[in-house]
Amino acid sequence: MNTIYLDNNATTCIAPEVREAMMPYFNERYGNPSSMHLFGGQIAKDIREAREKVAAFINADPSEIIFTSCGTESDNMAIHGCAEVLGNQARLITSRVEHPAVLGPCRHLRDKGHPLFEIPVDNLGQLDMDTYSAALKGDGKKLVSIMWANNETGVVFPIEKIAAMAKAAGAIIHTDAVQIAGKATIDVRKVPVDMLAISGHKIHAPKGIGCLYVRRGTRLRTFMIGGHQENGRRGGTENVAFIVALGVAVECAAAHQASEAQHLARLRDKLEQGLLATCPDARVNGDPLHRLPNTSNISFEFIEGEAILYHISDLGICASTGSACAAGSLEPSHVIRAMGVPFTAVHGSIRFSLSRYTTEAEIDYVLEKFPPVIKRLRDLSPFSKDSAPPIEL
Amino acid sequence: MWEYSDIVMDHFRNPRNVGKIENPDGTGTVGSLACGDALTLMFKLDENQRICDVKFQTFGCASAIASSSALTEMLAGKTVDEAEKLTNKDIAAFLGGLPDQKMHCSVMGREALEVAIHNYRTGESGIKHLDDHIICTCFGVSENEIRRIVTENSITNIEDVTNFCKAGGGCGMCQSDIQKIIDSVSSTRSLTPPSPAEQPRKALTNIQKIKLIEEVVEREIRPSLQKDGGDIELIDVVGNRVLIGFRGMCAGCQSSAFTKHDFIEAKLREFVSPEIIVVEEGE
Ligand SMILES: Cc1ncc(COP(=O)(O)O)c(C=O)c1O
Repeated sequence: MNTIYLDNNATTCIAPEVREAMMPYFNERYGNPSSMHLFGGQIAKDIREAREKVAAFINADPSEIIFTSCGTESDNMAIHGCAEVLGNQARLITSRVEHPAVLGPCRHLRDKGHPLFEIPVDNLGQLDMDTYSAALKGDGKKLVSIMWANNETGVVFPIEKIAAMAKAAGAIIHTDAVQIAGKATIDVRKVPVDMLAISGHKIHAPKGIGCLYVRRGTRLRTFMIGGHQENGRRGGTENVAFIVALGVAVECAAAHQASEAQHLARLRDKLEQGLLATCPDARVNGDPLHRLPNTSNISFEFIEGEAILYHISDLGICASTGSACAAGSLEPSHVIRAMGVPFTAVHGSIRFSLSRYTTEAEIDYVLEKFPPVIKRLRDLSPFSKDSAPPIEL
Repeated sequence: MWEYSDIVMDHFRNPRNVGKIENPDGTGTVGSLACGDALTLMFKLDENQRICDVKFQTFGCASAIASSSALTEMLAGKTVDEAEKLTNKDIAAFLGGLPDQKMHCSVMGREALEVAIHNYRTGESGIKHLDDHIICTCFGVSENEIRRIVTENSITNIEDVTNFCKAGGGCGMCQSDIQKIIDSVSSTRSLTPPSPAEQPRKALTNIQKIKLIEEVVEREIRPSLQKDGGDIELIDVVGNRVLIGFRGMCAGCQSSAFTKHDFIEAKLREFVSPEIIVVEEGE
């Protein structure tokens, strides 16, 4: 059975170009970039080139890029590293719909005494700008960490405006750009963020590599203290193969981006329209006008997401859900709930996320196989329309 | 992905006895859309008073569907009295086990059965009624339910209570109440004479116990409270229940419930007996 992989916001396959570029570092190019011999020194040059590629990808200077082990590390480095410099009175401002890589450190710091504001979102998942503006008011040091695009719904925040407001209020601003990277242009000369996180495995590089952009002049306490690597900002001998991989991955992403965005949006829309037309009682979660081109989050009312995923998995289709049951927690996705999605629809939310490798034939297959699964589970459900629920909702 | 047994996956992929029965003898519905799972169970009896037809409808995850389907197979051919003896553990065992976090699916099956039997016997509503004291308002779980689950499954911590019936897994506000239920069940559990090895502490007479409590309050508890401008009065000791009153700054203090549970009770349990329960006057 073929695998139809529509879970690219969770992780992506490694692009063939990227895989090939990494291979020498598992073989003959194993030198340590810090060594004082040509064998190692040539590796330092490879890292420098990768850094230049990543910098070019977001229009930054290479000296502003710190390689890290993942998106989560980048977010933690930004938030902890900056909060420590600002002191424990500093106010933290984030949104209710962040990835745990941001919400986790923010709440940890709140428990240690920092005031924390979690800005709500509206029904479309858009940031409540009035509350955000109010949270920025007042004196004192402030650190904002607000994501650029949401991993569950694909909703894209107006980060240029968010960052400009933060700067006007004298705050430091970090953005989690893990999901936007490769899907829209990132230009740190236009968007005045101080820090920005990227993760390799969302853009066809391997898992376990990321980077943090830190605008020149931004003070950050070192988090991983050790050798002089990354200019003393993150100790540890470099993960050379993966750093090279990230360089190639962003290069490919930049080369493909414009045509890719069109391709993704067309297939995504075909999938979404098709499912809405064939599955009654389904609704899209998110902001249709400000959304990643590859993401569709649909709630199928009266049924539960984990059951849907297991059935489609039997058909080779991979997606994900905001249902509580699947996460092993009891509470459904904090993102979907923050949007005020009605209870009838919360547990049955399914996220499809496409990549440049998704084909039209795959979308056609899903359009054929998916609706019968929904019907089957609805036939089982005591809440379906025709089974006259014995319970008041 | 969960590690579901082959039996769970089989019942999920090919659920048995799906649907409804016209004029059932008993019907039971538990759960809701908000909770994330719900089950309606119906049965009909033959002339020998045995279950000859049983059907279900489930809204829920793979293991909720499998638990419901398994339950219907287990019920077929049983009398109501026999059916009543089924526990959630039996359902889980029939399925070849369930992941810990999914045990509540088997509990839902058992509850629907209970409601259906009640409906059959009394003709009263076949929808779960929550007439006793609700502890977990997020998931609508009552004190009696938690007590039964703790007793039947020998549970000793809040996490397991959450795995079995979801209580405490939402906002978490009720976790201290759940702890109290666990404590009270485990104190009745330990009434069955423990083996000497489990009972290293010498049993105290009542007088000795009261004296010891007084000592611990003076030595370990009062000085800390006084540091914050508060005080404590020891009012009475009945069995393992210690009745106290907060005085000074502690009286009416927001965190006195926390102080009582996490500090005073903890100290008394450490120094006097692990069965001590601290109750505030007027509680
Ligand atoms: C928005 C967002 N931030 C951060 C992360 C964490 O990245 P990583 O898995 O590389 O730690 C992810 C992915 O899981 C994400 O989607």
